[in-house]
Amino acid sequence: MVPLHSYLILSAILFSIGTIGVLIRRNAIVIFMCVEMMLNAVNLTFIAFSKHLGNIDGQIFVFFVMTVAAAEAAVGLALMIAFYKNRESIDVEDMKLMKL
Amino acid sequence: METIAIPVINFAPIMPEIILSIFAMALLLVNVFVPSEHKAYLGYLSLVGIIITGFTLIGGWGNPVASFNDSVVQDNFALFFKGIFLLTVGMTILISDQYFKREECNLGELYPLLLFATVGMMLMASGTDLMTIFLGLEVLSVSLYVLAGLNRASLKSNEAGLKYFLLGAFSTGFLLYGMALTYGATGTTRVVKIAEYVAQNSAVAQNPLFVIGMLLMAVGFSFKIAAAPFHMWTPDVYEGAPTPMTAFMSAGPKAAGFAAFMRVAIIAFPSLKADWSDLLWILAVLTMTVGNLIALNQDNIKRMLAYSSIAHAGYALVGFTAGNAEGTAGILFYMLSYAFMNIGAFAIIILVGKKGEANNNVMDYAGFGTKHPVLALAMAVFLFSLAGMPPTAGFIGKFYLFSGAVKAGYVWLAIIGVLNSAASVYYYLRVMVYMYMKDPVEEFDWMKLTPAVAICIIIAVVGVLLPGVVPAFLLNLAQQAVLL
Repeated sequence: MVPLHSYLILSAILFSIGTIGVLIRRNAIVIFMCVEMMLNAVNLTFIAFSKHLGNIDGQIFVFFVMTVAAAEAAVGLALMIAFYKNRESIDVEDMKLMKL
Repeated sequence: METIAIPVINFAPIMPEIILSIFAMALLLVNVFVPSEHKAYLGYLSLVGIIITGFTLIGGWGNPVASFNDSVVQDNFALFFKGIFLLTVGMTILISDQYFKREECNLGELYPLLLFATVGMMLMASGTDLMTIFLGLEVLSVSLYVLAGLNRASLKSNEAGLKYFLLGAFSTGFLLYGMALTYGATGTTRVVKIAEYVAQNSAVAQNPLFVIGMLLMAVGFSFKIAAAPFHMWTPDVYEGAPTPMTAFMSAGPKAAGFAAFMRVAIIAFPSLKADWSDLLWILAVLTMTVGNLIALNQDNIKRMLAYSSIAHAGYALVGFTAGNAEGTAGILFYMLSYAFMNIGAFAIIILVGKKGEANNNVMDYAGFGTKHPVLALAMAVFLFSLAGMPPTAGFIGKFYLFSGAVKAGYVWLAIIGVLNSAASVYYYLRVMVYMYMKDPVEEFDWMKLTPAVAICIIIAVVGVLLPGVVPAFLLNLAQQAVLL
């Protein structure tokens, strides 16, 4: 039986890796993958708590998070394609039309 | 494992959402058969849907109904916000058609997406379960990402959509992690049950899981209401998005963010009020100051209004910090009047603008007052209201927010707020100086006032001036609405 705190530490590490990835990577698709990793770290937290508390709410929440993540992926990739068509790049360094 | 009992479901609390969703889905189908020069009919159809939904709201006032195992509730608070959302989306639809025809981006999907975004906002306002609030937020956000990037041919719109998407999804991660940790610490996602748990186990306030969860949720909501230091996306997205969508984003989703944030903070964590008030104090001061200081230096009027909308979120946070009846009623009243004045100002910006988002600088308003005195007067009313001068709704709203802060003992916060509001007068008046005191450079002969835009401007002027002169009715409604 793996104790609860191991799961929590693992998901915290995954969440941090995702956050750092969003902050340091420059390719929009990689950034999006890092966001997905953050969401899945959250899912792990939910499921660990759900099992620990013997309460099913957390698992239901995970289903919703997965659904929403799929919808976000559809919209996000479409936006990236629109951006790529006009700019031939999905590097966030190229998103600088509007600056102070 | 528990078994799932199938409950008897009362659909009444989500009737407005159901009607709007049906309209949105029907419009998606109808859209296929409508030729692109007649997309405005879809707008009229969605206005019909919005008005019908508006009528269903009226009956619910004063008798709160909860349903779906208490995960949604339709109380006065939710109804007031739903009214704001319907008004926002209705006015946005009125100003959309002219703009999108001019930009040659006449997409019928615009109207269903706006309605879906409204459904999301309504769910956020009436959600009493973290799950419902999260779902509402995502329905809203996913629609908004598309709306911000709607003009596919425009580089700026592409960029706005993609930036909004990346940062929005990033902030959702924080919000969700906060919800997960709060769930772990309290064992429930139901807002009321969290409050019960916290009241019975005061030790939970020392539990790091719970504290981090609360903080992460605050970060997530701050992203959504564009509070500093989580406001970085706002100016770029507001500048790049199509102008009617900027008007929509600055009024509706901000109010929805406040609705959800207030419900979670006030209902779930009432016993920890002292803790989150300190946090909100800092957020309010930062947000007001950053928004106003950077707005002083902007030439693009959309970007200037983006920074001004950050500052306005800061004023609303002052009332939130106070957390008393005046302050929270002030937020409701302010969000409503902000919808009127901001969408009104954007309607004028759409009229003055040219194809390709040109003519959007403050300098381009030179001599507008002599060429179009009536429209310039309307713009002046909106700008005065944004600056918070009497006799406009903006003044009454600010007055309530700041007096709520003084009553709750946050005198310094109110003083910082008033100073900020004084500084903001500079950049609003700058537009007026160009309108009235400079010689016209252009003839403004490309401007075409369509009936839809005219109606929107009239609604906005009435909505700004009437509550400014006789605020009692709306303030009463707002006060009844905060009795959560």
